[in-house]
Amino acid sequence: MSGFDWQFFLEVLIGGLLSGVMYSLVAIGFVLIYKTSGVLNFAQGAMLLFAALTFVSLVERGVPFALALIITFAVMVAIGIAIERVVLRPLTNRPPMTLFMATLGLSYVLEGAAQLLWGTQVHGLNLGIDDVPFEVGGIFISQFDFFAAAVAAALVLSLSIFFRYARVGLAFRAVADDQFAALAVGLRLPRIWATVWAVAGLVALVAGLLWGARLGVQFSLSLVVLKALPVLVLGGFDSVPGAIVGGLIIGASEKLAEVYIGEYFGGGIESWFAYVVALAFLLIRPSGIFGQKLVERV
Amino acid sequence: MPVATLEVSAPLRMLHWLYPVLLLGCAYLIIPIIGTNYLFEAILLPFLALSLAGVGLNILTGYAGQVSLGSAAFLAVGAFAAYNFNLRVEGLPLIGCIVLAGFAAAAIGIVFGLPSLRLKGFYLAVSTLAAQFFVQWALTKFNWFSDNSASGVIDAPLLSVAGVAFNGAVRRYLFSLTVVTLLTLFAYRLVSSQTGRNFIAVRDNEAAARIIGVPVLKTKLVAFAISSFIIGVAGVLWAFTYLRTVEPAGFNLDRSFQILFIIIIGGLASIRGAFFGAALLVVSPLILSRLGSFLLGDLFNSGVLEMSQRIVLGVLIILFLILEPDGLVSLWDRIRKRTIARLKKR
Repeated sequence: MSGFDWQFFLEVLIGGLLSGVMYSLVAIGFVLIYKTSGVLNFAQGAMLLFAALTFVSLVERGVPFALALIITFAVMVAIGIAIERVVLRPLTNRPPMTLFMATLGLSYVLEGAAQLLWGTQVHGLNLGIDDVPFEVGGIFISQFDFFAAAVAAALVLSLSIFFRYARVGLAFRAVADDQFAALAVGLRLPRIWATVWAVAGLVALVAGLLWGARLGVQFSLSLVVLKALPVLVLGGFDSVPGAIVGGLIIGASEKLAEVYIGEYFGGGIESWFAYVVALAFLLIRPSGIFGQKLVERV
Repeated sequence: MPVATLEVSAPLRMLHWLYPVLLLGCAYLIIPIIGTNYLFEAILLPFLALSLAGVGLNILTGYAGQVSLGSAAFLAVGAFAAYNFNLRVEGLPLIGCIVLAGFAAAAIGIVFGLPSLRLKGFYLAVSTLAAQFFVQWALTKFNWFSDNSASGVIDAPLLSVAGVAFNGAVRRYLFSLTVVTLLTLFAYRLVSSQTGRNFIAVRDNEAAARIIGVPVLKTKLVAFAISSFIIGVAGVLWAFTYLRTVEPAGFNLDRSFQILFIIIIGGLASIRGAFFGAALLVVSPLILSRLGSFLLGDLFNSGVLEMSQRIVLGVLIILFLILEPDGLVSLWDRIRKRTIARLKKR
């Protein structure tokens, strides 16, 4: 092992872990909605695109940064409430798969609407963070990735506090635990769902801004869902810590695989490698890392 | 009165066969005479290929209850396998190529169906995406599949069966129609056979299915294999009779969703449904583009068209799920029953 470049390995590993945090950020939006309403919300990526595109377009039209942030958040809340009223409420008590397909349709609507409103060209997004690497103990770390990781950590922390202590947060957990019991003690399900979708909108906004700054704000932004899905499979659809750890594992293994074994496949394996990791893991542990409910096994 | 029911059921059974036979007669005899080139190239050829893909996915998702988001991968496998069999196996007739391509798709389908043995629901749906990405990557990455052409583009060979060349839109249509008819008949027989009932049993209640002796694991894999076979053949039709020139990028995730939308709109667990759904999905963009340019004029450019198509498609999906979960088929049946009842009153 003398020829093995440990420093390079560490650098790739840390880069992978940090980009994994970006995956986790998207995955958390899914988890929030899945936990409380049992829906795998495929439209999360479209919401992310919608938020980022709205924000960028506002800023480009001369709206100050903070105001644009507030307006976009308000729009996302409005969308969340509208989704609850127009799509989810008529579909209550339908099988989860039907709801999933509805969110597929929803993602088409949101993607179309976002680009119809704001155009299809690529927007640059500058959050004021230089993407220059800094050095820690001889290892270079991207400053932007570090910032993104910090934001994700802050978001997760505030969400956990919210879930644990705030009244609405408690209601979320009650609904997640048992919908009928929650209804029986007088929780208003529609209002809670609307709130969840609004919070998911906030997560989409944060993730959209970070990803948008990285990739440019354009249609392909909505495809980050496809990166988040294996993270969810790995971590379990209903676990926030699972989304974090899953994101880290996927991010790190993807980068390491691309660097160390990618050449044997002719490169470009990151489009499917995450799925292989997730599936291989699930064969050993079908409930994911932290998944609560057991996946029904044969 | 058992005698009476017998008397009624005999003409009813005749009726049961009457409509499909009439429809086929019309499709074989009348449409080739009255149809324009545009009708074949822009509507009927994609309609036939997509319908068949819908039939295939419906067997897996509608009947066996396994949601797949990777149908386009099997279309691609079918198309590229048929191309390679035709190119590399000397003297193999076209029908042989198509059948072998179907088997190739079935084999890939079984491999990507393996996760279904342990995963259900969303976890399975997500894992079928692996097929989507892996196949698309492999076809773009390895030029061997496309005979070293740039970016994996393949051209369809000349279609000829037993010395009869199927060139020209009308003949390609007849070829496609024949393949679709045969496989649809097979699908009809399949879903009312023991295997088809096993599919439904596994979909409705896996535990109960196992208790009454349905081999659940085998049934799931069989569903994946047959579904992929049919989708693979649909891929051959898509590539050879409709587009004639295809690249791996054409078999993307949107195509997979399109096929899923066909069976949602048409009606899950209905063979007819796939045809209804495909018809709507092929025709509605054309109508929308006509309507849009008529109403908005120059403002309605291709970008706006594409986006409004996305929105309309999404809205259609949501509306159907909310208002007509059994799809166009049940809508059609209701309308037909009502008209017949009204006619009888007179």
